[in-house]
Amino acid sequence: MNAAPGRRGRARPAFRLTPFRLAACYGAFAWMILLVALPHLLLAAASLAARGDPGYLDFSRLSLDAYARLLSPEFATVFASSTALAGGATLICLLLGYPFAWILARAPRKWRGFLLLLTILPFWTNSLIRTYALIALLGAKGLINAALLGLGLISAPLELLYTDFAVFLGLTYTLLPFMILPLYGSIEKLDPRLAEAARDLGAGRTATFLRVSLPLTLPGVAAGCMFVFLPAMGMFYIPDVLGGARTLLLGSFIKAQFLTARDWPFGAAASVTLMLLMAVLYAFFVRSGGLGAAHGARRRAA
Amino acid sequence: MSRLLKAFYAAAVYLFLYLPLAVLVVFSFNDSRLTLAWKGFTLSWYVKLLHNRTLLDAALNSLTVAALSACAATVAGTLAAVALSRWRFPGRKSLSAVMYVVMMSPDIVMALSLLVLFVSLGLPLGFGTLLLAHVTFCIPFVTVTVLSRLSGFDWGLMEAAMDLGASESQAFWRVILPLAAPAVAAGWLMSFTLSLDDVIISFFTTGPTYEVLPLRIYSMVRLGVKPEVNALCTVMIGLTLAAVAVSHLLLRERRRA
Repeated sequence: MNAAPGRRGRARPAFRLTPFRLAACYGAFAWMILLVALPHLLLAAASLAARGDPGYLDFSRLSLDAYARLLSPEFATVFASSTALAGGATLICLLLGYPFAWILARAPRKWRGFLLLLTILPFWTNSLIRTYALIALLGAKGLINAALLGLGLISAPLELLYTDFAVFLGLTYTLLPFMILPLYGSIEKLDPRLAEAARDLGAGRTATFLRVSLPLTLPGVAAGCMFVFLPAMGMFYIPDVLGGARTLLLGSFIKAQFLTARDWPFGAAASVTLMLLMAVLYAFFVRSGGLGAAHGARRRAA
Repeated sequence: MSRLLKAFYAAAVYLFLYLPLAVLVVFSFNDSRLTLAWKGFTLSWYVKLLHNRTLLDAALNSLTVAALSACAATVAGTLAAVALSRWRFPGRKSLSAVMYVVMMSPDIVMALSLLVLFVSLGLPLGFGTLLLAHVTFCIPFVTVTVLSRLSGFDWGLMEAAMDLGASESQAFWRVILPLAAPAVAAGWLMSFTLSLDDVIISFFTTGPTYEVLPLRIYSMVRLGVKPEVNALCTVMIGLTLAAVAVSHLLLRERRRA
């Protein structure tokens, strides 16, 4: 969305509003203000409100109570386990996805389009369905246990489903394509001659990767980590379907506050934590130049 | 890395991505209710779906919301893409910033912010609120898709049309839209898919009066594996694959043209 409008190097006349331009420039804008900006502010405001009975929120008594409760050990446990799981899934996705994206980006040109399409299809497939699909693999009579038993590697089925490991695998499995696509974008743009030059100048393979290739693909790494980490914190249906403790993810905790505990201010305050986390990551991400990579990934996913 | 090792690694990752889905699809045709062992081919689970009234209602609701929100998002998103690539208007930066917020914001934050808005406005949760929510998260995807097609667009064509007497909106309809049509259609399809597949935002923004398919699936999968669910999921996967494949082809036109 950063394409410079109009022609370069020519004085532009002042922008005059016509009815058509009004609709084009401010139609979606007004929609976004009313249904994105305003609601995000309202959610932040809700975290300061008190619990009200009929409307769930009482804006007449504002306080920081909900935030004080965020400091409780209960929330700290959820936040720590959620961050660990989401962070772990992000790390595994990165380690798995980077070499894969590299292979994809350096594949013969005639194959590349098809290979990319194969990566894009899971990106668009409903992640609830993809989570559900894992049950058949992880169950006591699932494919993994059947294979391991068949090979004689284990004597009794492993308990894989309904464990924290299942949730971890679920996050990794559903979010891997979100890591691969931005990585692919920045690796494809990387000029192979730069690495060759580094090798010619005497750098070893490792040094070439660490000091030339990796820094130049950092925008893709940053974009991918953001696309995996943030959604991972919120995917409450993965623990619901694959088991593990019910309050393993921040998303599950927030959902419970809104739906079962009916403590909207507390739930809103937890959401604000997630928003702040997003803002921090976003700032880091813009600085690493990831915005272009994110844009490229979304476009490529199309 | 040797070539063989690379091919092996790539194949392993594809296997990881596709094996669970393949198993799900295969077992939706399995003639056995209880086991994961193959007992023969059947279409009975699909026939069962056709006789499940609540499921069909939810499917109809999903398709309605997906089609309507895709249309609305395509109109708003396309116009916004034209505006962003053509004019430097006051608020241009804020518009693209807020679009990024939508694409980055975790679904659960989007969902709860909309829930708080609807409840504060006293809107009953159901068809209307669900539609508003879906249009909102679809618009940026249409905008990004159309915008990438318009990058490098020769705006002289629009000026030429206007020099020849077309109004701005005529030039839009007769010149820009036909040229951007593949991306606009791809944007529509993507919005349709996004809307059809969304779980988290729908979960918080619709009410018991208007149930959609992903939420029906959500309540079904919490009870474990069932062949009917496999069949239903296979249908959903099929729809998604078709939509993505078509939009992929639409966008490839550009590279050839």
